[in-house]
Amino acid sequence: MKRTLFLTGAATLVVVAGARPQGFAIAADAPPPAETSLGAWLRMLPDGTVEMYTDKVEMGMGVPTGFAQFVADELDVPLARVRPILGDTATTVAAGGVGGSNSTYRGNAAIRNAAAEMRRILVAAAAKQLDVAPEGLYVREGVVHASPAVSVPYTALLAALLPDPAFPLVGEGFTAAPKVPATPKAWSAYTIVGEPVPRFDVRAKALGTYPYVINVRRPGMLHGRFVMPPAIGATVVAVDDTPLRGIGDARVVRVRDFVGVVASREWDAVRAARAVRVTWSGPSTTLPAQAELAAYMWAQPVVKTDAVKHGDVDANLGSAPLTAAYTWPFQSHANMGPGCTVVDVRADGVTVWSGTQKTHALKAGVADVLGIPSDRVRVAWVSDAGSYGRSGLEESAAAAALLSRATGKPVRVQSMRADNTQWGNKAPAIVARLRGTVSGGNIVAFEATLRQFNGNEIVSHPDVAGSFLAGQMAGFDNPAITYEFGQYGEASGTYAIPHLRSTAELIAPFAPRLSPLRTAHMRDPEGPGTTWVIESFVDELAARAGADAIAFRQKNLSNPRHVDVLAQAAAAAGWDTRPSATRPHANARGERLGRGVAFATRGATIVATVVHVAVDPHTGRVRVERIICAHDCGFIVNPKSLQGTIEANLIQSISRSIYEEVTWNGTGVTSRDWVSYPVAHMADVPDEVTVVMVHRPEVPPAGAGEPSSRPTAAAIGNAVFDALGVRVRNAPLTPANVLAALHAERA
Amino acid sequence: MTKTISLRVDGKRHVVDADPAMPLLYALRDDLALDNPRFGCGLAQCGACTVLLDETAIRSCVYPVGSAEGHAVTTLAGLGTAAQPHPLQTAFADEQAMQCGYCLNGWIMTAADLLHRNPDPTRAQIKDALGDVVCRCGAHVAMIRAVERAAKEMRAS
Repeated sequence: MKRTLFLTGAATLVVVAGARPQGFAIAADAPPPAETSLGAWLRMLPDGTVEMYTDKVEMGMGVPTGFAQFVADELDVPLARVRPILGDTATTVAAGGVGGSNSTYRGNAAIRNAAAEMRRILVAAAAKQLDVAPEGLYVREGVVHASPAVSVPYTALLAALLPDPAFPLVGEGFTAAPKVPATPKAWSAYTIVGEPVPRFDVRAKALGTYPYVINVRRPGMLHGRFVMPPAIGATVVAVDDTPLRGIGDARVVRVRDFVGVVASREWDAVRAARAVRVTWSGPSTTLPAQAELAAYMWAQPVVKTDAVKHGDVDANLGSAPLTAAYTWPFQSHANMGPGCTVVDVRADGVTVWSGTQKTHALKAGVADVLGIPSDRVRVAWVSDAGSYGRSGLEESAAAAALLSRATGKPVRVQSMRADNTQWGNKAPAIVARLRGTVSGGNIVAFEATLRQFNGNEIVSHPDVAGSFLAGQMAGFDNPAITYEFGQYGEASGTYAIPHLRSTAELIAPFAPRLSPLRTAHMRDPEGPGTTWVIESFVDELAARAGADAIAFRQKNLSNPRHVDVLAQAAAAAGWDTRPSATRPHANARGERLGRGVAFATRGATIVATVVHVAVDPHTGRVRVERIICAHDCGFIVNPKSLQGTIEANLIQSISRSIYEEVTWNGTGVTSRDWVSYPVAHMADVPDEVTVVMVHRPEVPPAGAGEPSSRPTAAAIGNAVFDALGVRVRNAPLTPANVLAALHAERA
Repeated sequence: MTKTISLRVDGKRHVVDADPAMPLLYALRDDLALDNPRFGCGLAQCGACTVLLDETAIRSCVYPVGSAEGHAVTTLAGLGTAAQPHPLQTAFADEQAMQCGYCLNGWIMTAADLLHRNPDPTRAQIKDALGDVVCRCGAHVAMIRAVERAAKEMRAS
């Protein structure tokens, strides 16, 4: 019998014989239940433990804990009895994994339905046993009561769950849920959902006992590394492994342009990857100078386009519209850990241990790399570093698969820092041109042209071999079958503008393969960049109208919830109502002070962020002194998890706003590490970080993983305008970009 | 030039055969199968690999294993346990001062060094002492709360 490993909510690695532990309807050696069975989502064990199976893995925001709150509440069992089992492709239904702030937003339906149905079945069985009508029963702590004295525990009723009942799935991907006869409780009836219960993962993480994929150690496991090209599109001409002599048992594995090394000891693998002598071809293309990127992008042919329009923009822009051009840089996920995967390729099947957001997709991706059917691959989820989209984390999966196949051993590939920062996927650069007209404090006409590299050049679901760098090295082409734009409205707030035209345009990548500037989803794909453009320009229109930045937005918004979230941000910030850049003031250090706001929606979530900045006019350095974020994602499932998620989003997005910009030269990316790709540190943490969580008990929860990262850059830029009276239109707001804007203004 | 190197880690004695120039991180992770010093950059830029050498936080990804002989090495697991957690571990858990938690080792070990030297740090001193530890998720705000909470707890006990 195959030995398998899976992760439990108690954060212990459990090795069991057989695919699944024994529980209702499942014999110890039974195959995994069909995805249409109730047991595919929830199983109650003889001791009353409720196992909750979900592909919504723990990315550090507390989603599995929130799911467990639903299960406990629907079943009326103590939360401690719910045990999440996360991401394992052998035991969870493929429901899109984690992505797009969808986990709680769309995924709650599956878990609520399953739990409600389990309760319905058990209560019906209790009614029969107690010979009363189900309507007369209530449940306390897993015991079904007809009265305080007449009761039966769920655990005495488990036979009612046999055979494992089947229900059709409705929806697919993120919306997949079992269609069950039961109706979940009303949102207002929940008592555990909505409570700030602790995340299940935090104590083990603090103690150092939480499982991470870097700590997966398998018998006979080899350590692997793979060698990055020296330049974009470079291919292997020759490999000389003689420098590996004397480095333990290190040896080279080559698959076309993939050059990997393996060794029994990790340090030997590190040294071997540095020592192996590879002769490379030259670059496949020459990159434009970084300072010329915007001009390059505007000169490229458009390969895809998308338009949002209504009214008659051309007739209403007038003779002197406000015009502006903005840029947003390439950015790197720069994951805290560079990425690690263990793969064991055997004749009887392939096991992958990965911290990917999307285990089911990775299962298909590894199968594609190996040229085998995906049902021969199992991905067991074990946490890696935070991922923030299709980052560099999964690159090690393709490499480990190639190396395990070549050696017949389990192989652990841990990427190095530069492998991730320099060669991982990137968030696309965006350029934009805008024109707009205001009259009587209203936006009359608004025209945006947003041009970018494909937001989905590397698909968000890692399910094809050519989407991995190592896959491309091994000869797979990237199918690049999907296109993604940052568009007004979808990736920004939506204003009531009578005459609007927004055109989103994609240009081709610099190179079709082996590019360190290939582009993919990064936390809130296109959101921060598009909102930077739109919300900065809306702020320009407010200034043109001589209006206060919050009052102007409220006047031009039609949804009362949108207006209210701005009001809540203003109230919490003690907003100084006046037109921006009309009250010059400075602190004792000579830093100029300003405040700014930006607004965004993402799906059904609404965010307004106010920041106060101090800007040194001599150095151009921007410091965020205060940040206040009002956030409305409907019903709040767990305010403690939500607060942590938003606070972290604010710091990460400050980092992206004032520091982060991938740099390159003619042949490749030069951002390699934390010095050449700086991020925010403790010194950048504002004196005040305030989160206003707007709870809407009547509105089902929307997503919260990404929306609060969206307005930050524009809010900071708008505050810098208030401080200096000068608009910085190139992000990030580095000293160089701030000084350039100041000098341009003086010239 | 492999050498037999004697190490004392989390109160236990170990012997490893390694090049003394090899970074301590690889001895801890690969030879001793310890989980918490983590590879983040290999360049002493991020802190994920931090351990205490006697009472001082060092970055094991660049610290030669040979130089650790004769010192007591402490990892996160050696700082405290589920039964007897270090106040920093309790405070980081209570404040939920982490998202993915990959970096957490660096923060707690560096904070342990700080609180050993300065049991009553100001917020500015906390930010300064933790100024070159990286948290990519951005959990810094909760981390400041956690260190303040742990310091208070340690002074009270």
